[in-house]
Amino acid sequence: MKKTLRFALLASTLLAGTAQAEDVTLTIESWRNDDLTIWQDTLIPAFEAANPGIKVTFSPTAPAEYNAALNSKLSAGSAGDLITCRPFDASLELFKQGNLADLTSLAAMANFSDVAKSAWQTDDAAATFCVPMASVIHGFIYNKEAFDKLGISPPTTVDEFFAALDKIKADGTYIPMAMGTADQWEAATMGYNNIGPNYWKGEEGRLALIKGTQKLTDADWVAPFEQLAKWKDYLGDGYQAQTYPDSQNLFTLGRAAIYPAGSWEIAGFNTQAAFKMGAFPPPVAAAGDDCYISDHTDIAMGMNAKTAHPEETKKFLEWVGSPEFATMYANALPGFFSLNSTPVEMKDPLAQEFVSWRGKCHSTIRSTYQILSRGTPNLENETWTASANVINGTETPANAAKRLQEGLESWYKPAP
Amino acid sequence: MAGRKAFRWHIAVFLAPAVLVYTAIMIIPLFGTLNLSLYNVQGQNRVFVGLANFATLFGDPRWSASFWNALGNNCWFFVIHMLVQNPIGVLLAAILSSPRLRMAAFYRTAIFIPTILSFVIVGFVWKLILSPIWGIAPGMLDAVGLKSLYGPWLGKPDTALITLALVSVWQFVGIPMMLIYAALLSIPDDVIEAAEMDGLTGWAQFWKIKLPLILPSIGIISILTFVGNFNAFDLIYVSQGALAGPNFSTDILGTFLYRTFFGFQLQLGDPHMGAAIATAMFGIILVGVCIYLFAIQTRLRRYQF
Repeated sequence: MKKTLRFALLASTLLAGTAQAEDVTLTIESWRNDDLTIWQDTLIPAFEAANPGIKVTFSPTAPAEYNAALNSKLSAGSAGDLITCRPFDASLELFKQGNLADLTSLAAMANFSDVAKSAWQTDDAAATFCVPMASVIHGFIYNKEAFDKLGISPPTTVDEFFAALDKIKADGTYIPMAMGTADQWEAATMGYNNIGPNYWKGEEGRLALIKGTQKLTDADWVAPFEQLAKWKDYLGDGYQAQTYPDSQNLFTLGRAAIYPAGSWEIAGFNTQAAFKMGAFPPPVAAAGDDCYISDHTDIAMGMNAKTAHPEETKKFLEWVGSPEFATMYANALPGFFSLNSTPVEMKDPLAQEFVSWRGKCHSTIRSTYQILSRGTPNLENETWTASANVINGTETPANAAKRLQEGLESWYKPAP
Repeated sequence: MAGRKAFRWHIAVFLAPAVLVYTAIMIIPLFGTLNLSLYNVQGQNRVFVGLANFATLFGDPRWSASFWNALGNNCWFFVIHMLVQNPIGVLLAAILSSPRLRMAAFYRTAIFIPTILSFVIVGFVWKLILSPIWGIAPGMLDAVGLKSLYGPWLGKPDTALITLALVSVWQFVGIPMMLIYAALLSIPDDVIEAAEMDGLTGWAQFWKIKLPLILPSIGIISILTFVGNFNAFDLIYVSQGALAGPNFSTDILGTFLYRTFFGFQLQLGDPHMGAAIATAMFGIILVGVCIYLFAIQTRLRRYQF
């Protein structure tokens, strides 16, 4: 009896061993757990059909835990073959530690502009370590039925924006704006970095901040906080304990009129909301002003330097860099705009609206992502707390800006 | 008996499995952490820095502000447990041990069940109950005409920590209740009868006879609560996230350690500073337990029946 069991165990390990040798399985690490079905049903089957012998598993982690989980997995040697890359320093650090492979020689890199690649390159742009996938654009999504019923047209200036909010509030049918401060990042990402570029003039201000010629305490950088402080009157009851999924649900259930958004919401909102939606870019100070939008290079994919299957992994990455993938991805996930140089046809009207702003406004990326979040305290994380505090009214805009600047100065010395 | 006793090998053999497992999963990692806290990364190399990490933790204005904030919150978290959880536990045990109470087994089980639930479930369920949008708390208060008392408690800096501490109390009140209940049951009937002969009944009997007899159990519960609270992390992380909002008002040592050690969002993890915080936590718990063991437990009077 004992002997048979032993043989059975031995046989099963041998069988399992040979089964592994036939098919190579690649695992993708990602924070996009919302996209699980799209990868499983659309993207991966397309790749597997074209590349027999390679199986791909999409294995996402919750967004807030992704970086911590990935770092632990990488240092323990248990991370997947393909690593979804956060932009800028988080991935740069992984590359410097030798966890991400150098992909500069990948043929598909020719399909991307320098700007698209900049988020996943060394500071001197000598090495690129992730294949760019998509960027996300910030703005506001609104409930078209609510706007039509109240006779509001999408606002273009800040004054019109607040006039619209006042009108919605006075009517009382809808919560004017669906946002909460419980998760903090909404306040920073959909608040501060959404409306901010119009004040600090996009790239001009962002680069000046890195060069040290502007400070976070300058009027242009405090102004977004001053606007955020005014938002609190238009948020729902108990917004202090309202989480990100709460805000999404409030809006898609039709209980709120305006949702400060990132374009990544489009796919989810299209399936959830039963009403027509529209979008408008962050309002400018005066009619006719140049407008600036946050068009943030957000997601890319790289190769685990210690993968057991480098050839198959590179094959997959070449495919991720192809126009074919770009079209499939951009249409499966409207709101994640392809960074591929080949123009991509998108069918979703809301996604078209967002991407049309690239034509009339200046694009920039989130101010806190490049270089400025390299040290401790981390400017991006501090901005979360500061933006939430300003909306909650527990910190004044000037104090929040002063605290951020002091934190930044404590470790960051601009290059002379 | 002539000659020395043979070495009793069986003692070593029987102890070995427990000692080996405990060493492998507790003692070695503990010393690994203590060791890690004495190093830091300079350039690409790991170098020995002595106590420099602790100098940063306590000397740097930002690090020390975060640390003292977390420690202060943690103390407050512990105080609430001591003031609410343990007295309620004693009270429930006293009621349960009353012979006149019907369905005592049902109450005992019902009150104990939250203790075996996962933190994730408890955190999530309470977050939903208290939610200003979907929660039943505003509706229930409205039904009794107290809607004005409702607030987004988990989102306000001055109420978030208290709310979470009370949720934790709700979850764990079963443990002191069970321990005290067992202690109350172990009081021999003769003692109680003797007290009754002397005219001591009801509350007087509880204060004068039963409470002194269960004091050692209360001591054990206090130290368990202390260790549990200063190692707490799960509930805060599940309901408020790693940033322990709003504005770090619910940040306790466990969440502070997690954020530092593993990193968060764009902040990369720093195992060395993390280990320094873990060492500080170890020190705090060690001091607390020592105070209890040497200053309190030795003075508790024990009664032999």
